[in-house]
Amino acid sequence: MISAESCPIPISDYPEVTMAHGGGGKLMHDLISRMMYRVFSNPILDAQHDGAILKIDGGRLAFATDSHVITPLFFPGGDIGYLSIYGTVNDLAMCGAKPEWLSASFILEEGLPMETLWRVVQSMGEAAKRTGVAIVTGDTKVVDRGKGDGIYINTAGVGVVPDGVEISPSRVREGDAVILSGDIGRHGIAIMAIREGIDFQTVIQSDLAPLDGIVSELLEADLDIHCLRDLTRGGLSSGLNEIASAGKVSINIKENLIPVREDVLGACEILGFDPLYVANEGRFVAILPSENAEKALDILHKHEDGRQAIIIGHVTEAQYANVIMESSIGAERIVDMMSGEQLPRIC
Amino acid sequence: MKYVSEYRDRAAAEEYAERIRQLVSREWTIMEVCGGQTHSILKYGIDQLLPEKVSLIHGPGCPVCVTPIELIDQAIEIAGKKDVILCSFGDMLRVPGSVQDLIGVRASGHDVRIVYSPIDAVKIAAQNPMKQVVFFGVGFETTAPVTAAAIIQAAHLDLNNFYMLVSHVLVPPAIKAVLSSPGCRVQGFLAAGHVCSIMGYIEYEPIAKKYNVPIVVTGFEPLDILEGIHMCLKQLEEGKAEVSNQYMRSVRRSGNPEAIEMMREVFEVTDRKWRGIGAIPESGLGLKKKYMKFDAAERFGVSEHSVEESGDCISGQVLTGEKKPDECPAFGGKCTPEHPLGALMVSSEGACAAYYRYRYRLTRSNR
Repeated sequence: MISAESCPIPISDYPEVTMAHGGGGKLMHDLISRMMYRVFSNPILDAQHDGAILKIDGGRLAFATDSHVITPLFFPGGDIGYLSIYGTVNDLAMCGAKPEWLSASFILEEGLPMETLWRVVQSMGEAAKRTGVAIVTGDTKVVDRGKGDGIYINTAGVGVVPDGVEISPSRVREGDAVILSGDIGRHGIAIMAIREGIDFQTVIQSDLAPLDGIVSELLEADLDIHCLRDLTRGGLSSGLNEIASAGKVSINIKENLIPVREDVLGACEILGFDPLYVANEGRFVAILPSENAEKALDILHKHEDGRQAIIIGHVTEAQYANVIMESSIGAERIVDMMSGEQLPRIC
Repeated sequence: MKYVSEYRDRAAAEEYAERIRQLVSREWTIMEVCGGQTHSILKYGIDQLLPEKVSLIHGPGCPVCVTPIELIDQAIEIAGKKDVILCSFGDMLRVPGSVQDLIGVRASGHDVRIVYSPIDAVKIAAQNPMKQVVFFGVGFETTAPVTAAAIIQAAHLDLNNFYMLVSHVLVPPAIKAVLSSPGCRVQGFLAAGHVCSIMGYIEYEPIAKKYNVPIVVTGFEPLDILEGIHMCLKQLEEGKAEVSNQYMRSVRRSGNPEAIEMMREVFEVTDRKWRGIGAIPESGLGLKKKYMKFDAAERFGVSEHSVEESGDCISGQVLTGEKKPDECPAFGGKCTPEHPLGALMVSSEGACAAYYRYRYRLTRSNR
C-alpha cells in the first residue's frame, strides 16, 4: 500500500519544495523519478517522452500536458496565452503527432483586471488558430488575492500520430546527426531581463514559436527521424542529456557550432549564466541518420524559425558522460544536466 | 562579441599553448587565485592544452566558498525573523549552513531575495519602511566598493531599516597564507584581474619580493589565462619574481582610486575566519565604528557559535592547493552539487563544483 511507504525523497534532502524542484534540472528529475514515476509507473509513462503515445484501434494518439506560471504575463515576443497553447502544441509535435484538440484550465487570482484576462484569452485564440488546434474543453477557478500570480494556465492536448512515424529516444543510433533548429537562450534572457529589471540596451525577444508546422514538414519528407525534443527549461543541456540517458548513448557536440546571439551571450556573461542551460520556447533538436541530415537542414532553413538550423554534433556509443562537448578552444568537457536552477553569481 | 569572442579563439589558443610548450624546460606549479579563473580553466579545458610539466593549483578565490559556515547560519537565523527581508547574491542562497540553506528558508515562507547589487537592497529598504532589510555582503575587493556605496547611500537616505551582514575578504593575505603554509608547492601566481581592477597591484609587489614568486595579474577569458600562464612561466624560467599585468585592458597599477576611497570610508581591515582554512589575520573588512548602526549582527543579536564541519570534506586542503577535488573520497558520491558537503561544491566558482560539472566521469553503474 502506497501510504505505508515512507517518503522516497529523504527528509535530509529538502523537507520542503524549493524553486529548484521546478527548474528543469537534476533536482526536478530526481523528484519526478523518485516520486511520480515510482507511484504512477506504467509502460506508457515509463517511455519518458514529451507526451504519452496511446494505441487506439487502428492508430495512435499523442497526449501531453503543460502548466504555465510565468511572470511577467506579457513579455517581448509573446505572452502567457501564446505560451500556453504553443507549449502543449510543441510537446505533441515532439511526439511526431499532428496536434488537434486542447483543453484549457485557468486558475485566476482575485483582482486580476478583466482587460488582462481578455488579452490573454485573445492570444490563446490567435495561437490556436495559427496552429490549427481546437480548444474543446476547459475549466476556470478563482483563488483569493495573494494566492496566485494573476493567471495560471494548464493546457492538455491530443494529437494524431501518422502511420509509420516512430519518434523515441530509444531509436537514437550511433552515427546519427544532431540538428539544433536555431539560436539558443533567448526566451530565458528575455524573461530574466524584465523580471529583474535589467536593461541590456537592446530588447531581447523570446524565441516563442509553434513547432508543429516545421516538424510536420520534416516528417513528411520521410527522413527516418529518430528523436525530437523541444528545448524548454533546462535548455539545450537538459534536452540532450535526457535523450542520451533514455537512449543509452552519448552525444558529442561542438561549442563553436551552437548559435547564440551576441546580445544573449552578453547578458549571459553579465549574469554568469551558461547559454546551454537557459530556457527556450521555440527551439528543438532533431536526431536522424547522418545521410538525411542535409535534406532536413534544407527544409528547416526555409522556415522563419529554422533559418539558423545547424548540425551541432552526432551520436556515439555510450561513453563516460551523456553529453561531451569540444570547447571553443578545442579541449573537451562534459555538459552536465543543470543541478537546480541557474543562480546569478557574485562576480 | 566584442571583448569576448576574440578571447576564445581556437587558433590563438593553440598558438599560446605552443609557445608555452616551447618555453617550459622543467616542472612548474602555478596557482590561479580566483574561482572565476578556475571555472574558466575547467569550462574551456585550458589545462588540457598545457604541457604535463605545468600544473595548475586552484586557489581560495571563491567568496561563496570561504564564507564561514557560522556566518551563513547567522544569515539563516536573521532571515527567519519576523518582518525581515534578507537579500544576497544568487549563489549564496544554496550554500549549506549547518542545518539548512537560504533556499530552504525561502521555501518555508520567509522573504529571501536575490539581488544583483547591494544598491538594490537599499532600494528595497526605502520601499519597505515597515520591514527590516538585511544585505548579506560577501565577496572579495571586487564587490566591496559597491557594498560600501550601499552603506553610504543608506546613510545619506537616513534609513533606519537597512542592515548589512558583512563578510568581505581580501586576496593578498590569502596569498600570504598559502605561501606560508608548510606544504606549499606554489611557485607562481595568477592574481585575480577583477580584484586588481579595483585595488591595483602595488600591494602585491612586496609579496612577490618577500616570497620570491612571480605574480601575474590575469583576466578570465581562455586567452587571458593562457597569456597569464605564459607570462608567469617566462618569469619562472628566467628566475624572476615580479608583478606583471596581463589584464591591461582593465587594470592600472594604482587601481580605481574612487572605489578604494569608498571602501576606506566605510570599512576597516579586520581578522577574518575563512571556511576550510581558518583564521587569517587582517584578511577581511568590517564596518567602521561610525557605520555600526548598519551592522546586522549587532542589530539582531545573532548567536555566536562554532560549527564542526563534515569530517568527510577536505575543502581546506583543496583551497590551499594540497589536494585536487577528485582526490576527495566524498567527491561525486556523498558530495554532489545537489547535496554538497562543503561550499566548494556549491558555488559555480568552487573548484569541486567545476570539477564535477566539467570533468566528473560517470561510471557504467551510476549511469
